[in-house]
Amino acid sequence: MYNGGKIIIGLLIFIGFSTFPFLFTMGKVVPIPELKLDTPEIQKMVDKRCVEPKEYMKTEHMVMLNTWRDAVVRDGARLYKARDGRTYDMSLQNTCMKCHSNKKNFCDQCHNYVAVKPYCWDCHIAPQEGT
Amino acid sequence: MGINRRDFLKIAGISTLASIGGAAGLTLIKSGAIEAAQYIDDPRALKAKRWGIAIDINKFKTPEDYKRVMNACHTIHNVPEINNPKEEIKWIWTESYEHSFSSQEYANPYIQDHLKKKPFLVLCNHCDNPPCVRVCPTKATYKRESDGIVMMDMHRCIGCRFCMAGCPYGARSFNWRDPRPFIKKLNPEFPTRMKGVVEKCTLCYEKLAIGLKPACVEASNGGMYFGDLSDPNSDIRKVLASHYSIRRKAELGTTPCVFYIIGGQ
Amino acid sequence: MLETAFKGSRIYWAWVLFLLVIIGIGFIFYLRQFIIGLGVTGMSRDVSWGFYISQFTFLVGIAASGVMVVLPYYLHNYKAFGKITILGEFLAIPAVIMCMLFIFVDLGQPLRVLNVILYPTLNSVMFYDMVVLGGYLFLNVLVGWSALSSERKGIAPPKWLKFFIILSIIWAPSIHTVTAFLYSGLPGKYFWMSALLAAQFLASAFASGPSLLILLALIVRKFTKFDPGQEAIQALGKIVTYFMLTSVFFLGLKLFTSFYSGIPAYSHSIIYLYAGLDDYNKLVPIMWISNILTVIALVLLVIPQLRKNELLLAIASVCVFFALWIDKGFGLIVGGFVPNSFKQITEYWPTLPEMSITLGVWAIGFLILTILYKIAVSIREEIGNVDVHH
Repeated sequence: MYNGGKIIIGLLIFIGFSTFPFLFTMGKVVPIPELKLDTPEIQKMVDKRCVEPKEYMKTEHMVMLNTWRDAVVRDGARLYKARDGRTYDMSLQNTCMKCHSNKKNFCDQCHNYVAVKPYCWDCHIAPQEGT
Repeated sequence: MGINRRDFLKIAGISTLASIGGAAGLTLIKSGAIEAAQYIDDPRALKAKRWGIAIDINKFKTPEDYKRVMNACHTIHNVPEINNPKEEIKWIWTESYEHSFSSQEYANPYIQDHLKKKPFLVLCNHCDNPPCVRVCPTKATYKRESDGIVMMDMHRCIGCRFCMAGCPYGARSFNWRDPRPFIKKLNPEFPTRMKGVVEKCTLCYEKLAIGLKPACVEASNGGMYFGDLSDPNSDIRKVLASHYSIRRKAELGTTPCVFYIIGGQ
Repeated sequence: MLETAFKGSRIYWAWVLFLLVIIGIGFIFYLRQFIIGLGVTGMSRDVSWGFYISQFTFLVGIAASGVMVVLPYYLHNYKAFGKITILGEFLAIPAVIMCMLFIFVDLGQPLRVLNVILYPTLNSVMFYDMVVLGGYLFLNVLVGWSALSSERKGIAPPKWLKFFIILSIIWAPSIHTVTAFLYSGLPGKYFWMSALLAAQFLASAFASGPSLLILLALIVRKFTKFDPGQEAIQALGKIVTYFMLTSVFFLGLKLFTSFYSGIPAYSHSIIYLYAGLDDYNKLVPIMWISNILTVIALVLLVIPQLRKNELLLAIASVCVFFALWIDKGFGLIVGGFVPNSFKQITEYWPTLPEMSITLGVWAIGFLILTILYKIAVSIREEIGNVDVHH
């Protein structure tokens, strides 16, 4: 092998870099965030249900928001008929956030945990909340 | 080894393409998870085949008449108030007769004084043949086939500003920086925009969807007519049939749908 | 072949380092623009395209002009261009890359650039521009690289390459035509809305590109053992002469139509650029510099005795390059926006961040050009600068 030493050093540096995030957090336990559902709007509800079942919302809310967005902006549809027959105004700002008015303890917690930064809030106005 | 470099590259190339294709296919299948049948129209929504606005300039008398209309639009849509004319964002504003109707001005420089000195409300013309839509490379701006509104999808706009060059009416504004700090009072019901996207009047599509007329029309105290241009019995068609009206730069073939009623009956 | 770019003289490395510094400065300013927005530039609601799109337009011409050496050599077997052809092909590559970068830095939401592919829009000229630029880049990399590596091995280039060479010759004018269509089909932009625009673009491209190639050939000859050949340089001089004349002729055609017709909208931008309109005259001085450079260049080029003097030819080339750079890389785009749709005037001048980013992109282009030329020259030196048979 030509330049064997250099190649091996290079490979080691590469392995070091690429495994750094795993090595760095090894053994550390970051608690899974607990989402708060104690907003005034939710507490007022007799039947505490989201637009779709909790499990579905957990995994598919981003897909749903994407399709809602296209439906509202591009297709001019405004209302969403949930599987259980109730209808909702398809609006992140005016429907989702009316109940989940605790963006910091709801959206942000989980998004920070999984390190995603959705740019929704560059335009959509988050509800007012105390610090 | 039974594999040489060339074969390796071929296999690697093909498998990359296949996996990209596969991923795309999966996304397509997955996006069907929420069926379109689950969307329903609001029964209150106002519908038309071709919306249009007619502005009766004789009903705009004082500066307040104009201000009321412009403020109605700009406040509900979170339009920032940027005092630097280079970075201004405008959805509906006023220009002089000479500037709004350049060809008319050349045609007749001796037109009545009240026209020459009068401010004219200008906004997106929601053209039937919109050049901005023609040039947009991502369909971020597009004409709604259902009612002719020239819409903006701020989520998709890449900020190339081709539409600004294409629009002969100067109706489009670009967010040269984050607009939020320039909005005096946020309307929590409507989004703002972010830096780097183009925006303009959307004919209050969000109000039409719940059965209300555009904010400017509502605030105009009867100075603006709004209705279906394809319906000969609509108010707007009746007023256009009985009054002399002009459009901005109609000679460009864009078929603007904002009319200015100049003459009386 | 890339390894030859890693061995070079002290001047070579100093030049590379210099370019890297300029790129670094540009990048820092780009980060600023990325964070704050395009408000750091001199562009405005009225002049919504500026320096970046102007550079893009100018560089599409430089890229297309590679065909001026490729065509005579491959289609007419013009032997004198044998050695310079690779320089033409390798000039087109960084030019196209710079074009793409200038579009990128001009975007308000650069991270969404792939929307152009995700939502292909066949009625937008921008879509076709992306297709032709990408295709042209691919063709030049393929043709230049294959031809050079065959040459290194002392064998004839593969047969299939001929197809791509011919394709690239047909492709070259298309990139500048499509770029002209970006502007010439916009209603209400009277300065651009002319069927002549694409032809004007091509004429000025075939003058500015070869003039840059002359300068590059002279530089390569001075600093390396590789000589592109006096005959080739003189032939390029003739190409520059004819196309510069064509370019001026086209400008004359435009002036005639705009002024003799007496239609005000057709002449406003031209008056603004060359004389100033209603006391607005920021661009007048540089437009006249462009005119003066054009006159000097034409005197030097049209008289054969002067053109044959290599020093004078070099001066003429510098004049042509900068005259057309001002005309197309500045006045053409800005002029189209003045006056605006309301017959009002907003003036434009690039800001420091804008100029630094622009310089940074040019430096990236020159870095790629340097590396490619280094490879080409090293291989020529290696095989002893003999005549090659394709």
